[in-house]
Amino acid sequence: MASELIRIRAMVWKDLTAERRTKANFNAVAFLAGAILLLFGFALGPDVEALHAAAGGMIWLTVLFSGVLSFNRSYEKELEGGALEALLLYPGDRRSIYLGKLIANFAFVLLVEAILLPAAAVLYDLPLHTVVLPLAGVLLLGTFGFVTLGTFYAAMASRLRAREVLLPLLLFPMLIPLLVACVEATQAILDGNAMGFAGSWMKLLVVFDVVFFVAAYFAFDYVIEA
Amino acid sequence: MSHSMLGVSLAPPRWVRLLGWFALLFLAASQVTGFMISAPDRDMGNLQKIMYVHVPAAWTAFLAFTYVFGTSVAYLWKRDLKYDMLAAAAAETGVVLTGLTLALGSIWGRPTWGVWWTWDPRLTTTAILFMIFAGYLALRSFVEDDEQRARWSAAVGILGFINVPIVYFSVQWWRTIHQVQSTPATVDPLYKLGLRLNAFAFLFLMIFFIALRYHAARLERAAEARREEDALMEGAIHV
Repeated sequence: MASELIRIRAMVWKDLTAERRTKANFNAVAFLAGAILLLFGFALGPDVEALHAAAGGMIWLTVLFSGVLSFNRSYEKELEGGALEALLLYPGDRRSIYLGKLIANFAFVLLVEAILLPAAAVLYDLPLHTVVLPLAGVLLLGTFGFVTLGTFYAAMASRLRAREVLLPLLLFPMLIPLLVACVEATQAILDGNAMGFAGSWMKLLVVFDVVFFVAAYFAFDYVIEA
Repeated sequence: MSHSMLGVSLAPPRWVRLLGWFALLFLAASQVTGFMISAPDRDMGNLQKIMYVHVPAAWTAFLAFTYVFGTSVAYLWKRDLKYDMLAAAAAETGVVLTGLTLALGSIWGRPTWGVWWTWDPRLTTTAILFMIFAGYLALRSFVEDDEQRARWSAAVGILGFINVPIVYFSVQWWRTIHQVQSTPATVDPLYKLGLRLNAFAFLFLMIFFIALRYHAARLERAAEARREEDALMEGAIHV
């Protein structure tokens, strides 16, 4: 168990250090997120009422569209240098590769969100600073479910020719319950959560996260095998 | 190519051919019964008869995906490619049936509700299932190695199936909050008969399709093995 933790920590450290030293991927994804927010603004604005009513949906679609680009990258780094084979040869449970990449991707997408949300607050005139805590809860739960499945499907898609289109094709239909729950919870929180719907949607997110974390964790062994 | 060269008979097994004819006749007979014995609906007229094929298509599609789930689990457990070929055959059949369900639902919905599409939980779940298993088939077409394709598609098939109740529940709840009424159903016994006959017709058709696709997959594999063997023989002669 302790050795598992060391392996997971090493994976997380390796992925995050590689990312921190170049920052190329992070910068590109963060700028893309900003660009998508702007595009939604142009598509729906400039009426502030319309922007407020659609804010939850715009924020979460931006998270999905920009975040999906980071998952394939996390395996491509290994494939380029032939490092995945070496990684698979190390002793120990291969699921620690999944957990390590999952945590690194989780940190990555949360960092993108840390830039994306203030930008959304400014562009769409949202009082996000008044709802930081409940919003953080939705973000953590929603992002975890997103990253859980994204890291899992990318383990397959990243090794195929059509990886750019195949990952979203596999991932997005699976994420529909998560998207519905995240958008509804975020919108409820932004509207003051008068009916208390946010909590119920967050419970659905917990169920989604647990079910797919367990399923992906156990299925990963079959997927990563060369 | 003759029968002996592949080691697998080119024509599907006899029971599959018989089942195909039987399913086709049963389907035709069910439609005749549906039109003859039950009166046109008071409000919808003969339009309502789309339900005779729409609902069974949805049921059997769901059954086909359940079969994908079962055979995917069986593959990961036994590691026999037979289960993978069965899962692929059922997924293809399921995608065709969900596509049919959506098309028939739209044709019925347009004159009834005035729209081609509505965010009804069952309809939406069907559309999402259609997308998930279309992705499953797309994934299969990109993986070269048999074992890898089998393992990956088993994982995707299992996760996709687990998602069905979560999708259904979330869409239903989403709709409730947004206050849209669904149509209540009052059912006539003759309508039930037409529906049941069609449900069996579709069930036979589904089994026929899966068996036929499974047979085709076996032929493809045999042809592939044969090609490899020929290439090896040719190499041996040149050396």
